[in-house]
Amino acid sequence: MSAPPRRKQVVNLTGLLVLLALPPAAFALGEPFLISVATRIVIAALAALSLDLILGFGGMVSFGHAAFLGIGAYVVGILAHHDVESTLIPFLPGAWHGSAAALVQWPLAVLAAALFALLTGALCLRTSGVYFIMVTLAFAQMLYHFFVSLPAYGGHDGINLWQRSMVPGVDLSKDWVFYYVCLFILLAALAVFSRIVNSRFGMVLQGCKQNEARLAALGIATGRYKLAAYTLAGAIAGLAGALTANQTEFVGPSLMHWSRSGEILVMLILGGIGTLYGAVAGAATFLALEEILTSLTEHWMLFLGPILVFVVLFARRGIYGWLVGPESGDD
Amino acid sequence: MTAQLFLEQTLNGLQQGVTLFLLAAGLTLVFGVMHLINLAHGTLYMVGAYVAATVTQISGNFLWGVIAAVAAAGLTGAAIEIIALRRLYDRGHLDQVLATFGVIMFFNELVKVLWGPQALFLSPPAILSGTVEVIPGVPYPAYRLLIIGVGLAVALAVRQLITGTRTGMLIRAGATDREMVGALGVAVNRLFTRVFAIGAMLAGLAGAMAGPLLAIEVGMGEHILILTFVVVIIGGIGSVRGALVGALLVGLVDTYGRAFLPVVLRGVLSPTAADGIGASLSSIAIYVLMAAVLIWRPRGLFQAYG
Amino acid sequence: MIPMRTLVAIAALFGLAVATPLAAAPIKIGMITTLSGAGAGMGVDIRDGFKLAIDQRGGSLGGVPVELIVVDDSQDVENAKEIANRMLKRDEVDIVTGIIWSNLVLAVVPTVTRAGKFYISPNAGPSALAGKNCQPNFFNVAWQNDNLHEGMGQYVTDKGFKKLYILAPNYPGGKDALTGFKRFYKGEIIGEVYTTLGQVDYAAEIANLRAAKPDAAYFFLPGGMGVNFVKQYAQAGLMQEIPLFGTAFSFDEDILRAVGEAALGVVNTGQWAWDLDNPANKVFVKAYREAHGRTPSLYVSQGYEAALLLDSAIAAVKGNLSNSDAFRAALERADFQSVRGAFRFNHNHFPIQNIYAREVVKIGDVVTNRLIGTVFTDHQDAYAAECAM
Repeated sequence: MSAPPRRKQVVNLTGLLVLLALPPAAFALGEPFLISVATRIVIAALAALSLDLILGFGGMVSFGHAAFLGIGAYVVGILAHHDVESTLIPFLPGAWHGSAAALVQWPLAVLAAALFALLTGALCLRTSGVYFIMVTLAFAQMLYHFFVSLPAYGGHDGINLWQRSMVPGVDLSKDWVFYYVCLFILLAALAVFSRIVNSRFGMVLQGCKQNEARLAALGIATGRYKLAAYTLAGAIAGLAGALTANQTEFVGPSLMHWSRSGEILVMLILGGIGTLYGAVAGAATFLALEEILTSLTEHWMLFLGPILVFVVLFARRGIYGWLVGPESGDD
Repeated sequence: MTAQLFLEQTLNGLQQGVTLFLLAAGLTLVFGVMHLINLAHGTLYMVGAYVAATVTQISGNFLWGVIAAVAAAGLTGAAIEIIALRRLYDRGHLDQVLATFGVIMFFNELVKVLWGPQALFLSPPAILSGTVEVIPGVPYPAYRLLIIGVGLAVALAVRQLITGTRTGMLIRAGATDREMVGALGVAVNRLFTRVFAIGAMLAGLAGAMAGPLLAIEVGMGEHILILTFVVVIIGGIGSVRGALVGALLVGLVDTYGRAFLPVVLRGVLSPTAADGIGASLSSIAIYVLMAAVLIWRPRGLFQAYG
Repeated sequence: MIPMRTLVAIAALFGLAVATPLAAAPIKIGMITTLSGAGAGMGVDIRDGFKLAIDQRGGSLGGVPVELIVVDDSQDVENAKEIANRMLKRDEVDIVTGIIWSNLVLAVVPTVTRAGKFYISPNAGPSALAGKNCQPNFFNVAWQNDNLHEGMGQYVTDKGFKKLYILAPNYPGGKDALTGFKRFYKGEIIGEVYTTLGQVDYAAEIANLRAAKPDAAYFFLPGGMGVNFVKQYAQAGLMQEIPLFGTAFSFDEDILRAVGEAALGVVNTGQWAWDLDNPANKVFVKAYREAHGRTPSLYVSQGYEAALLLDSAIAAVKGNLSNSDAFRAALERADFQSVRGAFRFNHNHFPIQNIYAREVVKIGDVVTNRLIGTVFTDHQDAYAAECAM
């Protein structure tokens, strides 16, 4: 995080330019399909970024992160479902028929995910280390099975969205428009997060990772800071979930299956934790590798597996750490 | 509900529990001694099942299949340890998660290449395909009784290994203070490989024993891995006794939940609602159990390592 | 942010685009199906059946060369949706087919039909696509999901069973199955159990079933779940004690290979049987046995017939798929010799056909099914009336 690295700025700037120039390039190449691959990357990066806040900076390894994505996606799916069918939403006070507006759906998705993070976080944070990993997993699995057996919203079959969220004046059904919206959200989240981690709040959070007891001895209520970070991460992951629902135009419980949480975790570690940008690098690498290898061979996992092992053994600080070189030295 | 039914469901729970114990014992030892999170433990279970099916088919004898499965899983485990995992002991858990995730991907695909993507099926040996009336009036599958027997025997053997042998003493010492064991001149590398191979052989045994009950397919390892982690966490990491208690607890809670929750709920709700909600509740019962245990005792029931 | 990798991605995809030049002639068919995991048997059979028909016609359907792109969906909804997107946008297929599971079909069909393309279902026929949401560009050549279960309900009633214990996975397909069964079963249900989807051990459920002492048991557990259940049911010694009934999905050829003699004597329902006496079926069974050395399964016949349907329709429009209305009309006529005998489409694009009863027998060394009777003649699904098409 320290000052000098010029190479880091070059890497970040190049990355930004590539992301910005991708849709026109895809059209020019006659491969507009690339845009939807890139959209998946950007959304996955947002999810991995939210995980980096608690994992990379707070030392909280959540193995249930997909739960927040799932909640965000289901809020969008449920609101859209009632809007299309014009039926009332049960269990809510007042009579509401859902909504197709992004400005209603997305904030509610964020809110719902944040609420779930707040409630489960309060319980999960009683534990730490490996036990924390497993309790977060447990809550995600409970939620997964809850949605699997919720017949009103398709159960295991999920909900099909007939259209993307509506934004006045912006046509999200065009893939490139949706891509830029996702990219804008990702960049905004990156900007906000880099301010947060360098604020007092961020310092306390990083302190918790290194030596929580000492902070507590200084009279800092570390639990509250961690819970706040956990809730914020949940909220952003919820937003990523809302975007995922729009990207795939489908919402189902498989979104919150534990293997999905594992994938987000792998992307982040692959990219490099505790750097924020590593989340983007990891998501891009993982999904691009998957895309390339699947088009080359049916047995792509035979290659991706050893690549992951190799990265762990020889690129210790992840792809991003390798790209920006040793001089940037994040502690 | 009759007493016979309750006893029969208890046997079912025991059988599920001891299968989980075979996996959990290895996982908890590796975790306790080497501080390694090994997501690929389920892979060894899968390897065991596949090898057992193939060798049984070729030799026509299930016993050979089991022996080959245990050997193959042990060798695979030792190879994984020596090639990749050995370099990860002094790394953070996150690196271990990523690397072992890579190992899972590789082996899942390798099995697909070697055996094809379709599931394999294995029948129990003819003498065990019948039933035995252990509970009066309830014919119980003989093969499931065998699993319970094997599981309990292995539990005793592992206990003997840990309390009664030099390796066991080193394992206990390693779980408490790894650096000290090394400093005292023990060849830590060899100890670790041995522990890893023992865990792998138990996983292979579990896979071979489960083969005749279940479809042998790619991904079977991950399905049971999560349950195994639940067991290890409930029992307390590094504690073999905890693994046994946790495994039996998970097996019984899961079985009782599936068997009796819908029946109990029918007393309160309409039959359709009871069946649906009962099915959902029973599928999350073990996660509720784990969350409850951890909120009550944040380091599991038998804490052996922090 | 990682320029290098993204560039590699672009380069690779670009390279791929160059490598496959745009040859205008062949019709592209995308097949999304399950080729891995416990459900792989079904996907493999549907693919092989489909390919058999293409091979019999020298690599073409309706006189037009066909390029078949087969991709494994690994039984994952989002995966399937992603594959469909890729097939439509990158490979520009004209027709999509192959999916086994209802939930995958429900997710993929809107994507396909919105792109103006056709989806031919060789398997999944969810009620949601048969009733008021029926789709002009969706055709199912196999069955509506409830059909075979309805047949079994009728059969069990006809045979005088009065107390049934029924069991299915806890997901919409499982609930539909039991609903279909109950629509025609007139006796009492003394136990109705929903298991976790993907469950592998059924010891607890089987113990409860035995304790409930029903006349007979009926179950629907597709794929590997069914194999596990039947094996464990037999191991518990229940086959002789409590007769087990299921649909052909649970006692098809590939499942019988795994279950073996444990299933002898079980009666199941299907829209087809390998010993149905008609010329088209004889040609089909013989050709498949020559190619694969075993008797075709129900799924093989479904994949085969999906290709036969396309063969007839492509020939009728002389390979010109650009006029969707003409192609749709040609599909609706279903002008081909079906291996199951009489077959025609209802107005909701689901079949009107017979449902047969089959019994598991041993012929020589092989455990297989034998046709024993017809349960329904010209049966149609319960949802067609709601379809406005």
